[in-house]
Amino acid sequence: MSKNIKNKESLLKRLTGNQLFIPIIAIILLAVINLINDPGFFKITPVINNAGNTVLSGYLITILDYGSELGILAIGMTLVTAASGGQDISVGATIAIAGSAMLRVLCGGQARPTELQAPIIVAFLVACVVGMLCGAFNGMLVSVFKIQPMIATLILFTAGRSIAAWINNNELPIVPDPKFAYFGGFIPGCPIPTTVFIVIACIIVIALVLKFTNLGLYTQAVGINESSSRLNGINPTFIKFLAFVILGLCVAVAALIKVSRLSTINYSVIAKDIEMDAILAVALGGNALSGGKFNMWASILGAYVIQFLTTTLYKFNVQSDALAAYKAVVVILLVVFSAPTVREKMNQLTKKVKPAKKEVA
Amino acid sequence: MKKKSIFHKMSDTGLLLTITIVIFFLMYIGAIIFQGGGFTKPQMFFNILNLNAALIITACGMSVVMITGGIDISVGGVVALVSMCCAVYLDYHDGSILGSILIALGIGLAYGLIQGFLVAYLDIQPFIVSLAGMFFARGMTTIVNTAPFNVADEEFTALKLTRIYVPGMGSVNKKGIYVPAYVEIGVIVALIIVVLLFLVLRYTKLGRSFYAVGGNKQSALMLGLNVKKTKFISHLICSELAGIAGYVYFLHAGSGSASHAMGMEMNAIASSIIGGTMLTGGVGNIIGTLFGVLSLSTIQNIVSSAGLDQAWWTGITIAAMLCIFLLIQSVVMAQKKRALKN
Repeated sequence: MSKNIKNKESLLKRLTGNQLFIPIIAIILLAVINLINDPGFFKITPVINNAGNTVLSGYLITILDYGSELGILAIGMTLVTAASGGQDISVGATIAIAGSAMLRVLCGGQARPTELQAPIIVAFLVACVVGMLCGAFNGMLVSVFKIQPMIATLILFTAGRSIAAWINNNELPIVPDPKFAYFGGFIPGCPIPTTVFIVIACIIVIALVLKFTNLGLYTQAVGINESSSRLNGINPTFIKFLAFVILGLCVAVAALIKVSRLSTINYSVIAKDIEMDAILAVALGGNALSGGKFNMWASILGAYVIQFLTTTLYKFNVQSDALAAYKAVVVILLVVFSAPTVREKMNQLTKKVKPAKKEVA
Repeated sequence: MKKKSIFHKMSDTGLLLTITIVIFFLMYIGAIIFQGGGFTKPQMFFNILNLNAALIITACGMSVVMITGGIDISVGGVVALVSMCCAVYLDYHDGSILGSILIALGIGLAYGLIQGFLVAYLDIQPFIVSLAGMFFARGMTTIVNTAPFNVADEEFTALKLTRIYVPGMGSVNKKGIYVPAYVEIGVIVALIIVVLLFLVLRYTKLGRSFYAVGGNKQSALMLGLNVKKTKFISHLICSELAGIAGYVYFLHAGSGSASHAMGMEMNAIASSIIGGTMLTGGVGNIIGTLFGVLSLSTIQNIVSSAGLDQAWWTGITIAAMLCIFLLIQSVVMAQKKRALKN
């Protein structure tokens, strides 16, 4: 039915052609499912948390809070996907490395320090440098040595968590300062999670970058046709390299949030499977996984859709280990429906239906 | 100058294969010289085989897919899923050995059909398809059964403990008793598969079309090869072999667990790459893959017997090796290309 309507009304067609269409429809769908299941799903109530602050609580706040790492990663992943036509699967492992480096600086190599060994900002900057170095390593393999992105990042994917454990001698240091927990929790007196502000800051930065530099244009040009972009005076090697370094920076910010949530780290569990979610966010945003054109906002929205899905699945009492199976089904459905061959077939089908409909009319 | 001409004369496959085999022997000899003892005993070598029979099978399947220009990272998940399903079937449903083998083959077949169809006929990137496949398999494994457990079935335990003694190989232990070297059933299965795949890739039309499709899809199409069907079959073979590997793994471990074969897909890809299979497709050799697995596990053995047995060293060494071989491939190919142009 809907196919017929789509063909008749060009407005609707334009709407469905928009990249934001898929994530928004997904959000509405999830919202309706949740509303039917539990009418109180969207209620937001102020509660007093362990630290004695009045904070907002509710499923929506949870989604906004826990979706923030994914939202930040989606920024970098979109750029990498657009520029290189491949995805970085090492983000989870790199989060472990950056977080481990941050803890090493904060705790100075001691397992249970009584006070911070270095200011938080220094530790964060170190994590940024480490994240960018990891990004630069991946970027170098991809851009200079022309290795497929997923294979190149496989190296850090395999070694990352081991390196993270090695940085801290396999100890799990605990940050003693409660201030460090503000980044992944709440600042006293502010009822909104700090992570929301961090995401907004990241979005503003990337919006300014895309607005005032040629990064977006160049990235798309490299992704669409590398050799012709080179003939037009763009340096594809550098653009690809840059995309991976930016992703490294995003990873460092995500690592700050992740580590801050617990004030410690668990090398084998931290940010596990997040690479899958980040790739899924980019795909949900309607961006071609083979590179080229991208829509940053659709990706970020896609990240929150995934967090929405995760929260919904938890609400239906799905075990955290089994989550992956359900998400995998969503991915497969998504890629099947966005596959060019399937779209062509569907178009043919609608064309066949359309004349038949006219005859009837 | 003469050395250079040999370098150019060799085919891509031959060149990378030679590098791998030379490195493996250098490594093994190095291990014997520097660590002595254990590495001189034949059983040490056969233990590497016993431990890695499943990896050899998955790596062979991976090579076939990679030669055709694709990739399949769902194999580790399939191995875990197969071992869990077989374990549950044998223990909770009082199943027979034959039934469990059929389950293993069935899961492999189902995976192959679905993934092959999505990749070949719907033109979806193989990485995305198999990534989803991997997460699906891991998730399904926990849905089938959460807690890891050992299988107590008597027939199965008997099969698991079956040892096949290698004639003429063995060593005298500390008490002066001659201990013959042995391999498990899985190793025999793995070696049969290696030989079969080697013959198929080398001498059959299907095998040659894998290389043709991986080397250049367009020219393969012009030659009248059915590109889609070839891709489909390559994924089918890979997943089916993953199913068999799952059973072999199960036979070795004797238990079902959601954490079985963690990272096996990465080891399989790494072995294939070390064995000289090119990621871009069209180049590769099953014998190289076998040596890739052996090199990888020898390095692991060296790392653990050098006293660096903290878990992280294994991950780091494998990644470092993968990195080095990727760089070698990249440089060798770039040089060959430049030489061809001149």
